[in-house]
Parts: sequence; structure tokens; C-alpha cells
Amino acid sequence: MTRFLLPLAAFIVLVLFLAVGLGLKPREVPSPLIGKPAPVFQSQLLHEPGKTLASQDNLGKVWLLNVWASWCVSCREEHPLLVELAKSGIVPIYGLNYKDKPDLALQWLSQYGDPYIVSVVDPEGRIGIDYGVYGVPETYVIDKNGVIRHKQIGPVTVESLEKKILPLIKELQG
Amino acid sequence: MNPALPFKLLKNSYQQKILGLRSAFSAKQFILLLVFVLLSPSSWAKEAAPVAEDPVIEKRMLALSEDLRCLVCQNESLAGSRADFANDLRREIREQMQANKSDKEIVDFLVARYGDFVLYRPPVKPATYLLWGGPFAFLLAGAGILFFYLKRRRKQIEEPPLTEEQHRHAEALLKEDKGNNV
Repeated sequence: MTRFLLPLAAFIVLVLFLAVGLGLKPREVPSPLIGKPAPVFQSQLLHEPGKTLASQDNLGKVWLLNVWASWCVSCREEHPLLVELAKSGIVPIYGLNYKDKPDLALQWLSQYGDPYIVSVVDPEGRIGIDYGVYGVPETYVIDKNGVIRHKQIGPVTVESLEKKILPLIKELQG
Repeated sequence: MNPALPFKLLKNSYQQKILGLRSAFSAKQFILLLVFVLLSPSSWAKEAAPVAEDPVIEKRMLALSEDLRCLVCQNESLAGSRADFANDLRREIREQMQANKSDKEIVDFLVARYGDFVLYRPPVKPATYLLWGGPFAFLLAGAGILFFYLKRRRKQIEEPPLTEEQHRHAEALLKEDKGNNV
């Protein structure tokens, strides 16, 4: 009997490993920045190139940093959700316009709506490198002390908002 | 022959065509030229990579980025990837090398932002003990199983010594056999 049980058990273990492996998302690389202070940046505003925003200006509030670009297709997917979230006033959303052309970015915002308090520009992707951005869109939840608490890789979805982002924001604002 | 020559001629003919001067080449000559151009090595060459200001740094950057993963196209190294993202990171590495940072400092910089995943050679630490030690654990386990299996098998195929009675029986049979043959 054990002659068959042993290989069967080994097979089941193998299948379990493969099943877990299929469920993993290799594109979502866990960020080492979670729990660490958000990298400091100061950059020009998309709408008013004469003015700048520094990340430290947001200390004391919970905010979202959404990395977007007009050339990014999945940004369009999440955009209506962001617009809605901005309307609700739950949390301020700041945009990081990543490797984009200002005129295209502005046109994109006027076409699809502008959920951002302001957007800062990152034409060469340098702020992006500091934040470990590798796939746009990405969204960071940053707490009152300026610490990154969550990173959403890829578009924000209703599910990720309800299950992770909104409860986390509530807890951090609490 | 000089590979640049047919190209020049072709360019001339092209310009002349644009100007409406069609008499310069016959169709046959044109095809011949086309063949020359296609055969000349210069037309096969891909667009040249931008030449770095400092070949030493370029070499060092390529050697380092060979061991780093491009996160956009995860099965490619930073050195080999043509993704825009890889380009940015190569630029970053190049700049840090120009600023006299050591390879280790640059790798630490990238790991701090992108995690160990950016390394093709993961560091040995508690989370990766299984990864590094797993194959050896399997090898040891396999060797152990083989050892015990062979030991048991030897016992199974070993012939047990004959008992006293079996000896007598065998002897009797042998004697009988002899008697019959003689």
C-alpha cells in the first residue's frame, strides 16, 4: 500500500506547489519601500511650470501619489475611479506625470477629467526611479509622517480600492 | 568594392527621380544597384548604439547590468533589454559610475528601490535559504534514500546459508547423480 501512497503524496504536494505558483503575479514585485519614508522630491507642476511641489509639503496628511502618463493605456482604465475618488473627497490624490509631454498630458486631463490636486512632472523618470516605478500606473499610499504604506502596481480597481486602499486610508487617517 | 559607392549613386538617382530627371538609370541598372546596396555590409548594420563618452564606464556599466534584471521584461537583463525603463536605469548606472560610486553602492541603490528581485543572483539570507540550500537538501535526501534502498536490497538478494538438513539433502542428490552417470 505504501508503495502507491508515497508517490501519490509526492504528486499531490507537487500539484499544490504548481497551483500556488499559478496564482502568483510575477509582475507585481513587492516594493522594498513599504514602511520606509517616501523619497523626497521637488518638481514643477504640470499646470503651472513656474511653481513647484515638494513631497514634504504633504506631511501631516494621508495622500495618494498616482503615477500616470498620457501614453499609458491602463491609466485610462483606472482613471474614472480616481476621478470618482477625488470627488468623494476621502483622500487627496497627487499625480506624478511620468515621462510625458506636458501638452499631451494636459490634453489627456481635459479629455478624461483631472482628479489630482496637482500633478508634478517627471519628464526623465528620475523621481520614478527613486520610487521604484517600473510599470505605470502605480499608486502609493503615503501616511501623515510621509511613510509609504502601500503600493498598488498596475491600475487601481474597485476591488483593490474596497479591500485594501480605502480601509488603509481610513485607518491611517483615524 | 567600396560599399559606399552604390549608395551614393542610388541617392543621386533618387534625387534625380524626385526632380523628374528619369534618364539617369535604366531599370536594369537600378536593380543592379539595389542588389549592390543590399549586399553591402553597411546596409545590414543596425542602428548604432549611442556611443558613451567614456568607454571604460560603458564597459563597467554593461558588466554590472548583465547581472541585473529588467523589471518590465523580467526575463531580460538590464544590459540586454531594449525597454525604455532599462534605458533609464542604464543611464542612472552610468551617471553614478561617473560620480565615482562603487558597483556595490550602485547595486544597493537599485535594491533599495526595486528590491532583491532586481538581482539575478539573490543574496543568501533567511528568506532565500531554501532557494540556495534546497537543491543540496534534495541531493542529500536522494542519496540517503538510495543508500537505505541498496542496503535493503542486498539483504533481499543475499542467499541464506544452507541448513544442516539442506546440506545432507544436497549431498545425497549429488551422490545419486554421480551413481547414475558412471
